[in-house]
Parts: sequence; C-alpha cells; structure tokens
Amino acid sequence: MSARENILGRIRTALGRMPGEGIAPRPNFELQIPSVPDRTALFCERFEALAGKAHLAADASAALETVKAIRNGRTAVAADHPLLAETGILNLEGVEHSFPDAAARRQACARCDIGISSATYSLADTGTMVMFAKPGEPRLVSLLPPIHVALIPASSILAGLEDLLARVADPAAYSSSMVFITGPSRTADIEQILIRGVHGPGEVHAVVLTYR
Amino acid sequence: MNPSSGPPDAAIHETLGDPRLQTAIYSATQRLIDHRKNAVSTDALPAYQDLRTLANRIKRHTIEHLDYYLELVETQVTARGGKVVFCEDANEVADFVLNLAKEKGERLIVKSKSMTTEEVHLNDRLESHQLEAVETDLGEYLLQLAHQRPYHIVAPALHMTRYDVADVLTKNLGVEREVEPEKQTKIARATLREKFLEAGIGITGANFVVAGSGAVVVVENEGNARLSSSAPRIHVAVAGIEKLIPSAKDLAVFLKLLGRSATGQPLTVYTSFLSGPRRENEPDGPEEFYLVLLDGGRTKLLADPAKRESLFCIRCGACLNHCPVYRKIGGHNYPWVYSGPIGAIITPQFHGIAKDPWLPFASSLCGACAEVCPVKIDIPKVLLKLRAEVTHSGAKGPGERRAFRLWAAVMARPKLFSLFGAIAAHFAPRPKSGAWIRKLSWPTNLAPLAAWLSQRDLPPPAPLSFRSQWKSRKAAR
Repeated sequence: MSARENILGRIRTALGRMPGEGIAPRPNFELQIPSVPDRTALFCERFEALAGKAHLAADASAALETVKAIRNGRTAVAADHPLLAETGILNLEGVEHSFPDAAARRQACARCDIGISSATYSLADTGTMVMFAKPGEPRLVSLLPPIHVALIPASSILAGLEDLLARVADPAAYSSSMVFITGPSRTADIEQILIRGVHGPGEVHAVVLTYR
Repeated sequence: MNPSSGPPDAAIHETLGDPRLQTAIYSATQRLIDHRKNAVSTDALPAYQDLRTLANRIKRHTIEHLDYYLELVETQVTARGGKVVFCEDANEVADFVLNLAKEKGERLIVKSKSMTTEEVHLNDRLESHQLEAVETDLGEYLLQLAHQRPYHIVAPALHMTRYDVADVLTKNLGVEREVEPEKQTKIARATLREKFLEAGIGITGANFVVAGSGAVVVVENEGNARLSSSAPRIHVAVAGIEKLIPSAKDLAVFLKLLGRSATGQPLTVYTSFLSGPRRENEPDGPEEFYLVLLDGGRTKLLADPAKRESLFCIRCGACLNHCPVYRKIGGHNYPWVYSGPIGAIITPQFHGIAKDPWLPFASSLCGACAEVCPVKIDIPKVLLKLRAEVTHSGAKGPGERRAFRLWAAVMARPKLFSLFGAIAAHFAPRPKSGAWIRKLSWPTNLAPLAAWLSQRDLPPPAPLSFRSQWKSRKAAR
C-alpha cells in the first residue's frame, strides 16, 4: 500500500466515507464588493500609507518623464510589456529588455538597480498590485532589483480582493503565478524593528496612468 | 525532542527569571496584540465576526470531506503539470527531498519559512548527505545559524537581541561585528541573494492549498518565499493535509483574517498564488513543481468531531500572543515546534498523549485563545478533552483521582460544601495578619500540599464564612 492509499484510507475510516463519495453542499457566501467612489485616490492613499510611492501620469509622456525621474540615471531592466513600449520606456537608453533567453534576463534582474513592469490589476482598499506571470511579464523583474516601478492603468484598479475574485474565479486558469504586492519588502525579525528591503525591493513606485 | 512525562521545570524557571527575555516576549506579543486589535476592530473590519463564522464553516466542510478534496487537488495539480506526493510522516518528506536532489543532481536548496518542514527536521537530514539547505526568512536564517528552533509561529526569533544576532553573524559568516539591525539585514540579504541565484531547488510551505485550482498560497513580508518559488529550477511546496480550502473564492475569507490576526496587516506584503511549473509562454518560473502533502499524525484527530477542530488552524499565532502561559514561559519550553495554546492541543494529538501528558494542563483555561482564534477553534474544550484522556489513561495516580472525585462530590452538593467549609474554617491555622497559607510551617510542608502551594497560595480563611455572614445579614433585616 502506498502512503497515498494509507492516508486516504485512514481519512475515510475516521469520517465514515466511501471511496468516490460526493460532498455535502459547500458553505456558500456572496463576495461583498466594497463600494469605493474614487479608486485611484484610495489606492494611492493606501499604497503610500505602506511606504509605497504613488505618481499620477495624465498621458504617456508624463509617465515617461516620471520613470526617467525615478531612474535618475541608474541601471534598469524592464518587462517586455505593450504598456512599457507604448510609453516609450523600452526605448530609453540603457533600459535592458527583450532578452535572448531566461538566463540573460535573470542576470540583468540580479544586476540592475531598478525593475520596471506593469500590473494586471490593483486593489484600492489595500493598496495592492496584482501581477500575473505571463508573456512579457516575468516574475523576477518585480523581485530581484532593489527598486520596483510598476505602470498601472487607472481603469484596472479594482475596489478590493472580493472584486478581483469575482472577476478571476480561478487564477490558475490564467497563469502559474499570481502575486499580490502590498508595499515594499519588509521584516521585523530583529527586535521587532521594521526594516524595508530584506529580500524583495525596498522601494516600490506605482505610476498610475490616469488616461487609461 | 526527547520523550518526557513532565514539564521542563528548570528551563521554565530560567525563562521566568530572565528579565531581558521576559521583556522581549512581553513587548513582542503586546505589539502583535495591539496591531491585531486595531485591524479587526468594527471600524476596520465590520464583518470580522461573520468572517470568523464563515471561516470555521469552510474549514469544517473541507475537513469533513478531506478525502474528496485531496483527490481533487491531486487531479488539478497534475493537470497543471505538477506532481502531488503523499507522505505518511516526517521521514518520508525528508526521503522524498533527498531522493529528488540526488536524482536531479542538485546540491543547494533554499527554504522559505514553513512550520511543516520544521516538523520534518529536514535540514539535519540533508546536511548528513552533504547537501546544503538554507533557511531564507531572516528570523529562520538566524535560528538556523544558531541551531535553534522557532520561538513563535510568526516571529520566530523574537527572543534574540541585536547582540545575539551580531554574535551569530560574526561567528558563522566571518563578517565584522555589526549591531545595527538595518546593516545586519543587509549582510543577510547579500549572503542569501547568492544562495537564491545558485540553488536548484526551492522549498516553501503553504498557508493554503486551493483544491479546485491545484494551487498553493504563500503569504510573507520579506520576498524570500517568492524567490524560493521563482528563482530555482524546481519548486517543492510542503503542506499538512489539513491546509486545504475548496476554491480561490474562499481566500476572500481567509486572507482577510490571516494577516490581521497575525500581525494586524490587512494583507501581508506578498501573497503568492502558485499552480504548477511555469507555463510554456511564461518568461520565467520553475520548470518542475511538487506538492508534498504530509499526514504526520493529522489523520489521528479526524474521528472525534471536537478534536477535529484542531485541524482548522491557519497558524496566525494570535493564541500565543494572548496566552498568559506563553507570555511567561515563551516558545522554547513547549516540547515541539508548535508552542502556545495551539501547540498544547496539537502536539499531544499528533504524537500521542502518552508522550507529553502534562501539556494540556499547561493552561489556565482563561479562554483568550478561543476568543481571538480567527477560525473559532474551541481550544479550551479540546484541552479539557485531552485532560480527561490523560486521566482515564491512568497517567494520574489513584490518589489524585480519588481526591478529585471527592472534590467533585462535595462541589455538587451545597449542604456538604458548607459543612466542609465550616469545618475547614474552624480547624484551619490562622497565620498572623497579612501572611498567606504557604508561609505556615504545617501542614503546608506535606508533599501534595507543598507541591500545589509552590505555584499558588490562598489567603487564610475568614473567621466567619461568606454564607454565614449572608445569612445573618438577611436575618437582621
């Protein structure tokens, strides 16, 4: 008998169930979507309360200028995302992107000061960015560099977690990885003292594209 | 983890007599208590009590149909290109990881914080085979270097000072002594960053296993779980079989409760929802994904509906912070990796009650744990059940059992009670004013009385009992 059979067997004996037996109705509940009149304003407020830095950009050139100012000449790696191409970020001198393979991208992410990505959704009531791993959106760009900058279309800001789960009933259907990012990486493991940037980025910027 | 029959008295007294440690435990738990209190207040989360009830119902439903959901998650993980591995006990988990590393030719393993792998003592096993397994949560990393186990479920190194940390880093990494926590963190970050980029296998725990999605959900603040699950070629998630929830929708209940109950955060910095290896069109992520599901004694709790509740636990640590016993004796005086009230109920159930029969008695039954539990586990009720089991198993001597039977008989009969009360008050010695009973030389030096009085005391009996005072007042009216 395998461990699997043994474990399932013990469970069924303890619960008095038969192999292949169905289930009683699941506890059902409605997702209560919070009412948020101004999602952009609430997102920025909550994001900044967690030491994130929010920027508003009214058009593509404003977004580009914001990113240039944050970058301030430092090295950067960017996701190959249409939003980044459209704003001209991918054309900036010295912003690395479009890598020949995963190893090259990974090295760039490990080397660069800043990672620039987009976010599929954001959650206003917690100041959270939601990132799916998908073509043009690697996991490591938002993770390895000490500074993370994300472009967020204002129309993709949702009220909260319930809103997201109502739209995306099964995140696994879209991607192997859905990550919520709520502020900079932090720890309080030594004497309860809050320190930012322990493994992930210690500085996180959200550039909210109010025109999208 | 030695077999024991009584509490580690000497070690407990050492903890109680260490003012620095007492302050560290007290201030850390108080901070977590305050943060939780704000986060679940009516203003911050009006639906808090409804969410607790719902979380309890969802967990109950899942555990009552655990075989169904285990088969479901297996189907879903497999469909996403991952593999599910069932393990009967901690050894089988270690064997699996060991064989996987050998088979894939990997020598370096990075691990993110996982209480389940703490059960396994994985690091010792791997090291004995010349494999390196590195803990990457800052607190856990420091503990690994210091060869200690976690002091607290969510704040594993709360007992260490910055000076302890400085010693540990200097001794193990050969760096110059540094006492600033910010700089210490930078040192750890730089060392661990190399490990993340080199490691072939990343091991994480799972806060939830979403059966319908075939996914694990990992919450954290540092980013080490994201790195462990994204940078190495192989991702292994290790979870107890009780970590299942039916679907992603249920996260709207559990994520709202977990961070708030643990640290007062509405959401932790990172919440990762991971299903299988990277898909064909995804630019990065692991090539292989394994979900290891551990029994490790959990199925023993299923038959009894009251004890089954112990498996609802989502490891937020709120019961530790609010426990008057934990806050005095700390985490290391509990016999296993799980401390506090939840440790006091799951340790004897996973290991068998014979091993640590004293543990269910290490509680004042004040009920604070049940009050703050986000999934409404009735911990005091389970403690009482376990106490009854210890007593029925004969672990308590016949003398003690007879004494309590007599006690119960007297307590249940008001007339007998007042008779015995009057007799006791009449014959009880009367120490000088202000003194307490244990100050007397006799009879409190008799063995059973002396043991009882060594931890507590009674004021001397009043010359006139409450009952007789009440009676005479009533008569005077």
